[in-house]
Amino acid sequence: MSNLFAARSQMAVSLGFHIVFAAVGIAMPLLMVIAEGLWLKSEQEVYLRLAKQWAKGTAILFAVGAVSGTVLSFELGLLWPTFMAYAGPIIGMPFSLEGLAFFLEAIFLGIYMYGWKIVPPAIHWLAGILVLVGGTLSGIFVVTANAWMNTPAGFQWHNAVVSNIRPFAAMTNPAALTQSLHMTIAAFQAVGFGVAGIHAYVLLGDRRNAFHRKAFAISLSVGALMSVIQPVSGDFLAKQVARNQPVKLAAMEGQWETERGAPLRIGGFPDERVEKTRFALEIPKGLSFLAHWDPQAEIVGINAVPRANRPPIAIVHIAFQMMVAAGTGMMLIGLVGAWLYWKTRRLPDARWYLASVVVSAPLGLVAIEAGWTVTEVGRQPWIIYNIMRTADAVTPMPGLVIPFALFTLVYLFLAFTVIVLIRQQVYASSEDGYS
Amino acid sequence: MTPALLVAAAIWGSLVIYALTGGADFGGGVWDLFAHGPRAKDQRRLIANALGPIWEANHVWFILALVLLFIAFPFAFAAISISLHIPITLMLLGIVFRGAAFVFRSQETSSVRMQRGWGYAFSVASTITPVLLGIIVGAIASGSIVSKPKDWPLWNFISPWLAFFPVALGFFTLALFAFLAAVYLTVEARTVDLRNDFRIRALISGVMVGLFAWVCFILGKNGAPLIHGNLSHESWSVPFHLLTGIVALLALICLWVRRFKAARVLAIVQAILIFIGWGLAQYPFIAAPTFTISASAAPISVLEPLLKVILLGIVLVAPTFGFLFYIFKRH
Repeated sequence: MSNLFAARSQMAVSLGFHIVFAAVGIAMPLLMVIAEGLWLKSEQEVYLRLAKQWAKGTAILFAVGAVSGTVLSFELGLLWPTFMAYAGPIIGMPFSLEGLAFFLEAIFLGIYMYGWKIVPPAIHWLAGILVLVGGTLSGIFVVTANAWMNTPAGFQWHNAVVSNIRPFAAMTNPAALTQSLHMTIAAFQAVGFGVAGIHAYVLLGDRRNAFHRKAFAISLSVGALMSVIQPVSGDFLAKQVARNQPVKLAAMEGQWETERGAPLRIGGFPDERVEKTRFALEIPKGLSFLAHWDPQAEIVGINAVPRANRPPIAIVHIAFQMMVAAGTGMMLIGLVGAWLYWKTRRLPDARWYLASVVVSAPLGLVAIEAGWTVTEVGRQPWIIYNIMRTADAVTPMPGLVIPFALFTLVYLFLAFTVIVLIRQQVYASSEDGYS
Repeated sequence: MTPALLVAAAIWGSLVIYALTGGADFGGGVWDLFAHGPRAKDQRRLIANALGPIWEANHVWFILALVLLFIAFPFAFAAISISLHIPITLMLLGIVFRGAAFVFRSQETSSVRMQRGWGYAFSVASTITPVLLGIIVGAIASGSIVSKPKDWPLWNFISPWLAFFPVALGFFTLALFAFLAAVYLTVEARTVDLRNDFRIRALISGVMVGLFAWVCFILGKNGAPLIHGNLSHESWSVPFHLLTGIVALLALICLWVRRFKAARVLAIVQAILIFIGWGLAQYPFIAAPTFTISASAAPISVLEPLLKVILLGIVLVAPTFGFLFYIFKRH
């Protein structure tokens, strides 16, 4: 394993691990705040117990998110010191604001988790809202910094010298809004479906459990709503990628030749040796239309750049297809749920529907992992798009395979432990939910 | 004050607050490891209750210092990250296990054995991490960070930190964090017995702080010549050492006569003085001998908006962070 590949693998494992907990840290406060708000409004005890139970589970996930996030912020320097030496000041603005947002989140999380009996209910609820605001903002700022790597702006680059840095222009880079919008919605959607799936699983065995019915209703509502608006934000993002990173879009779609009226490919396998995408279902002119609202628009193909400047096409294409498939699945389940509710005016609790929600539970996380694979692998071989190569940014530290193996083992162990602990909590909560 | 110096001061300030708050959280873990006697369980519970609501917020000060460092002094940050890859990685593993094990322990309900295992992981990680943090600071202070080490031999990545001075500073950091934690816990303990337990611990660790301070000073002569020179030959050196020594002694006396709240104030002042000494001795370097504050700073177009964000941060964080401590520490 080359040092560069080990570094990339360690970064991928660290990001892939952290993003799950980051999404939970962003979205769980919303569910908790809704439950607690319903308690304040209706004074039904079950909502308070729900908020507390969710808070208990979130405490574990939040702590793992905080420490794995710390690892990532150091890894930027440990693995990519050359990147940080140049990019650090340029993207410092969102990073420093993220620090403030993280403060807000951690401070009010402490008050929220430990202040149930100490602060008045209204203040407690407000603390929950501030956790939500802090978490969402820190997510947005971090994604903004990542967006800059995709669409670098706010500086001049000449012979490896950076000049004329404009931090605000860097922060408002072309991908910042579309990317952070897409990720924020994804966090709420993934967590909504994940939580709904867990409660649906309990309801399959105990359909009248009031506690889990409320939990299912709140989480599914959030997940379903997000799953319907997510394709719109995905469309914004794809159009932005088409404008600013045409090769990434071509890799996502398996589009080898530059052509007008390019088809939209569903599925398929891009064969990098013969430079063709096989076995795809092609919708004529679909890609041109989706990317530019014009069926005759020209789509840049992968062949437009030399091989040395192309990302691994198959990975990007397949990951993108996975993300779209998972998103479509969630949207369908969300729409069916809304339709059932509209028809019967009650919680959609038919066995087949509960089972479909259980099956969909991991889809949001699959979509997030696949989406980040598209973002990151699709930018390769660049760490700063068209400016700095990933290979030029890596640390000279030898033997990077060792920390890669170490962190992989630690994260596997932590993931296993978290699953065991959350399982325990779900079982404990289903025993005392009054039927 | 130049903008670069202001940002350096902000990094310094974050580290001071981190030591006083997050450092004491690690110190709490140290006393969890050394909990013994008939009240071992009560000691552990007191520590867990003291940490629970605040440790994650305290931890953010460390992240803040890191972020400010890489924004304002990017090449120094890159060089530190390269030279100290190994101890930083080990420290990160310590941070991960400390935080994760702490919540796992509090949430593990099915088996006492598992709970004990997590408690052990929490306390061991809490003890090792401050040593590594001190080693990292010691390596930076010793002036061995070069901008581009050769990637072979591997010794280039070990020699900057595996030396007498950084390791001694690691143990000094451990003693300081444990001392702060023990002093805070004398105030937070609700029973006389528990208070006495932590009084003894505070006295012992307070003496250790003094001992390791001397060891570091002596080893610094060869191990960190620049810092050592500044700490011994400047006009402020002797009065400064006297002041720090007197405050340290007063803190111990207050502990002895059971004036715990006064001891807490004095311990905090003592820690701040130690940090002032470090800051003054290291000036004008971010990381000697290559990176000075003025020469390695990012351009002014970066520093000015950064200072505005820092100002915004002070306005936002100071009251809310204070509110957090007011709620959970006022009794």
